[in-house]
Amino acid sequence: MTVLTLSRALNEGLRKAMENDPKVLIMGEDVGKLGGVFRVTDGLQKDFGEDRVMDTPLAESGIVGTAIGLALRGYRPVCEIQFDGFIFPAFDQIVSQLAKMPYRSGGVVKLPIVIRVPFGGGIGAVEHHSESPEVFFVHTSGLRVISCGDPADGYAMIQQAISSDDPVLFFEPKRRYWDKTEVDLAGGVAAALPMDRARTLASGTDVTVLCYGPMVRTCMEAAAAAESEGRSIEVIDLRSLSPLDTETIFASVRKTGRCVVVHEAPVTAGLGAEIAARVTQECFYHLEAPVLRVGGYSTPYPPARIEEHYLPDLDRVLDAVDRAFAY
Amino acid sequence: MTRSGTGDAAHQLDLLRDMMAIRQFEERCAELYSAGEIRGFVHLYSGEEAVAVGVSQALTADDSVVSTYREHGHALVRGLPLDAVMAEMYGKATGCSGGRGGSMHLFDAGRRFYGGNAIVGGGLPLAVGLALADKMRGISRVTACFFGDGAVAEGEFHESMNLAALWNLPVLFCCENNRYAMGTALERSHSQPNLALRAASYGMPAWPVDGMDVLAVERSAGLAAEAVRSGGGPHFLELRTYRFRAHSMYDPELYRDKAEVERWRERDPITALADRMRADGEVSDAQITVIEAELTAALDAAVAAARDAPVEPVESLTSNVYAPGAV
Ligand SMILES: Cc1ncc(C[n+]2csc(CCOP(=O)(O)OP(=O)(O)O)c2C)c(N)n1
Ligand SMILES: [Mg+2]
Repeated sequence: MTVLTLSRALNEGLRKAMENDPKVLIMGEDVGKLGGVFRVTDGLQKDFGEDRVMDTPLAESGIVGTAIGLALRGYRPVCEIQFDGFIFPAFDQIVSQLAKMPYRSGGVVKLPIVIRVPFGGGIGAVEHHSESPEVFFVHTSGLRVISCGDPADGYAMIQQAISSDDPVLFFEPKRRYWDKTEVDLAGGVAAALPMDRARTLASGTDVTVLCYGPMVRTCMEAAAAAESEGRSIEVIDLRSLSPLDTETIFASVRKTGRCVVVHEAPVTAGLGAEIAARVTQECFYHLEAPVLRVGGYSTPYPPARIEEHYLPDLDRVLDAVDRAFAY
Repeated sequence: MTRSGTGDAAHQLDLLRDMMAIRQFEERCAELYSAGEIRGFVHLYSGEEAVAVGVSQALTADDSVVSTYREHGHALVRGLPLDAVMAEMYGKATGCSGGRGGSMHLFDAGRRFYGGNAIVGGGLPLAVGLALADKMRGISRVTACFFGDGAVAEGEFHESMNLAALWNLPVLFCCENNRYAMGTALERSHSQPNLALRAASYGMPAWPVDGMDVLAVERSAGLAAEAVRSGGGPHFLELRTYRFRAHSMYDPELYRDKAEVERWRERDPITALADRMRADGEVSDAQITVIEAELTAALDAAVAAARDAPVEPVESLTSNVYAPGAV
């Protein structure tokens, strides 16, 4: 076991994938020489060369579109979008081309492309640099959307994403890049939990708290705080936002009878809305309270000085837990 | 900014003062950022002052300006009050964007300053629309649109160039070619690094300008703006300049060597003009010292006011998501 930051763990995962498969390429803005704004691709160009780690001009649509062409010819491109807010120039290629071509081809065409996106707030940036656009892609059939919550998952999931024959939107919680955990670099990914499965991080009996990405740590802290007050919270890291691991979700909610969904993205039409609908439909007779949602407000991402009021924190999670008990 | 001059020497002194004001502002921002007083992303304009100051000489208060995230200088020469710009750096309610914009989104519709923009290339189509509106209303105005060399690689740039040329719109495209897009050098971003040539291919007059020489910028901008104003359609200036500082406050500057920076620093636009004026007996060291002191005093006052100013109350954050009043 090695203790690594999330940024470093992703770097090691990318390195491993590139060593294992010469068809794996990295492309993006300043991913090569500079090693990426968040250092995730640091040193890879030096070791794998400019043909495999490509610095591109500022051209998000071009990056994703080019990756599609490469994938059609058997490559496995990993594209970096520098910040969440810069994915929109590439939206057309992702939604109109990438998500649809495999289906249209009757499965003949596979597009094993990973699009890495540092997302979420909490770093004192502003709009365009702190956003949570994941649900746009969850809404788009044909894409897998996943998010890692800690370094160990980051290391395994990036490799699984690269091995997947489907296009994967890979959301990295940017404010957790410098969090550290132990990572099993030797163990390989074979033993790791598949990327489309949710992970129960804390077992509990009173309420199920569902989260992903940056909110995983927040919810674990909330669970610890709740425990001292005698409440038993089951925390589940969804990991796969599309498709959802409903089996794990439903089993937990049937056990606890309460469900709170937490994400940074605005509550309105966020992933919590989808989960609430499905849980209500499938676990109706087990529910002690409506499914509650904790998330960003329906405003553009606010300026740095007030983002802490926007971002769900331990108190807001616990407040929702309290409300779930008040029914 | 203050406009006291009438004759040639007095006018040059105004140019010098305006450039010095920007430099002082930027260097102060760097200090405040390091001291943790300013948060978020800050992109400094030091070295590029001659561009904003030179181009602004060709614009009237009725003209429009569209800018980038490296826009402090553009905003100041546009006449946005120093206090309001500094308060915006602090994210305070007294800022020109009410604290909601920060360094990258200075905005003042009243002064037709249609904003900094954190999306590279994002402002270009807006400029085309502003100019189209002016043309449709039959008024002879110029929309000056600033963007970097990196933006020339984005799709939005090319759509905008085509639209502006096709519809013969009054846009003055001001490309601030500082040779780098973050860590990527011009030659590694562009198949044709002669950016004026690229623009010319859209059928608009385009030429390179020494962006380190404020008088050269003023001359070219004057000619181009005059032509734009009198119905000559869009014009494109490739302003060759250099940023003395890092891309943003985070950048380790691994992509360029110190000698190169030093070479460009020898062409500092402020020193260049001051030396020329000194040689011609048009300014004395004592005068420059007085100007420095005046600018410092104004900055001190702006910083003090910004520190004391309130942050927007959290409760009002939902205001202006929609227009007020009944639907
Ligand atoms: C659409 C988009 N992609 C990427 C970025 C990240 N980014 C910010 S500035 C920058 C470099 C821009 O270079 P240039 O246009 O030359 O302007 P300069 O910073 O040199 O003034 C990059 C890649 C962004 N802000 N927007
Ligand atoms: Mg540049």
